[in-house]
Amino acid sequence: MEIHSLTIHELHELIIRKELSVTETVKTFLHRIETWNPKLNAYLSVLADRALADAEAFDSGRKDIRMSPLAGIPLAIKDVLCTRDTLTTCASRILENFKPPYNATAINALQKAGAIFVGKTNMDEFAMGSSNENSAYGAVRNPRDLTRVPGGSSGGSAAAVAADLCAGALGTDTGGSIRQPASFCGVVGLKPTYGRVSRFGLVAFASSLDQIGPIAKDVEDAALLLQVIAGYDKRDSTSVDRPVPDFRKTLQEPLKGLKLGIPKEYFIAGMDPDVAAAVQEAIKTCEKLGADIIEVSLPHTDYGVAAYYIIAPAEASSNLARYDGVKYGYRTSAAGDLMNMYCQSRLQGFGFEVKRRIMLGTYVLSAGYYDAYYRKASQVRTLIRQDFLDAFERCDALLTPVAPMPAFKIGEKKDDPLQMYLSDVFTLPASLAGIPGISVPCGVSSEKLPIGLQILGRHFQEELILRVAFQYEQATKDRWLKPELA
Amino acid sequence: MREKITRDEVRHVARLARLELTEQEEKLMTEQINNILSYMEKLNELDTANIPPTTHAIQLENVFRADQVEPSLDREEVFSNAPQSDGSSFVVPKVF
Repeated sequence: MEIHSLTIHELHELIIRKELSVTETVKTFLHRIETWNPKLNAYLSVLADRALADAEAFDSGRKDIRMSPLAGIPLAIKDVLCTRDTLTTCASRILENFKPPYNATAINALQKAGAIFVGKTNMDEFAMGSSNENSAYGAVRNPRDLTRVPGGSSGGSAAAVAADLCAGALGTDTGGSIRQPASFCGVVGLKPTYGRVSRFGLVAFASSLDQIGPIAKDVEDAALLLQVIAGYDKRDSTSVDRPVPDFRKTLQEPLKGLKLGIPKEYFIAGMDPDVAAAVQEAIKTCEKLGADIIEVSLPHTDYGVAAYYIIAPAEASSNLARYDGVKYGYRTSAAGDLMNMYCQSRLQGFGFEVKRRIMLGTYVLSAGYYDAYYRKASQVRTLIRQDFLDAFERCDALLTPVAPMPAFKIGEKKDDPLQMYLSDVFTLPASLAGIPGISVPCGVSSEKLPIGLQILGRHFQEELILRVAFQYEQATKDRWLKPELA
Repeated sequence: MREKITRDEVRHVARLARLELTEQEEKLMTEQINNILSYMEKLNELDTANIPPTTHAIQLENVFRADQVEPSLDREEVFSNAPQSDGSSFVVPKVF
């Protein structure tokens, strides 16, 4: 097996046994990036010099390679996470020169564990999108088929992991932005419970929904990454102060005795038949592994898209008010007064999808429309959250598809925002409810495109969904070979 | 289909959001937002009269900290990102 295809835990074994140096590992990935990134556009910046210097610190013994399972491991970071003195653009023109004066808490945690950052990954501008076509720096291509999208908004991170341009990555998920690209690219992606990971230093899109999470080559790697970034942080008052379990400890426990719910609303007419078949097959596998399968109902599923696309843009319109050309970021060179400077800077700095969401958010929050839209959507959010709480009275986790279709063609939905939004139908409800979800590969379509199985759990039960995902993965991983790169 | 938002309203909202839209953007935005808002009508199928709104999925109490002066970000570093500053303030064009 080639070095670049290895998982984090496999690389760690080789490195601590001194069969592989950290420098060699980092160079391997830098070389992969050089070869493949011009085709994929997964990275916005590559941090070669710093990564090699960090590697040398381990190889010379100045840093102890046994400090953590992530020591010396090359990772990619979505460009929405602040990295001190290092460009953090959110794939927007408005932040094209922004170098944050501090690190995100998750970045500090990874650094403390000895992880090495090889680059910052492309994304939909400000994490708004489901296809990665909204980047100001060009679309990312799906490594399995270069004519297709990698999903979004963490499309660069998912593509980088799938194409072996890093050993693992961080993404962020507001309405599916980790799970859906993981599914489209055939890798593992986990959105933790809201509050599990500190959002400090994550550039805000929709603050009541945003979460940072891992994108990885297998479930064990996802557990390893989550282990390091999870936990309370006094700098994010919405992070939750509760113990972080050892996520790897329970992976090996069999599924026997677990009740897994199948929400009937997630198997809808019009769904791609290959996706339906692959997920049904995955459910059968879990049953064979000893789980009890029961049908459950999440009756308000169909209202998730409407509620989300009111709430998230509303929060975004407020969060993105800070980009005004005053404190940081792009300022227009056009002459005029202050008001003109604000308007022109934002006109020139933001892409169209970002403007559309700011407009929609401003409208639903404006006098006369607040009750009809924002308040209504927040009430429906209560119903959606309650659906999950009710379902979890009857079962321990839910099995669903991640998206109604595999990766679509670049350009296919770009001009129809509503169609694009509707493609998020299976990931949005869990985000509104704040529960954790993981996407794990469960097959390929007739066109050889990856399909993902989504496992949703109770608040703060990442441990359980990781265990279900791990047991499923171990039972099936030899059934389909990793698709060749296009 | 009845228009939910007119071109004039789009212009007004854009102004509120400090977004200057081009003529063409304004037209497309009106069309698309109308389309999206019509879809949102779906929420009215649900009776939510007695349902409390959820603004955060995880119930949180107010979080307080001591009101103590602590070192903050370095001023020079912060200004290094500013489009224009004089070392102690951000400089902006005339207000009027």
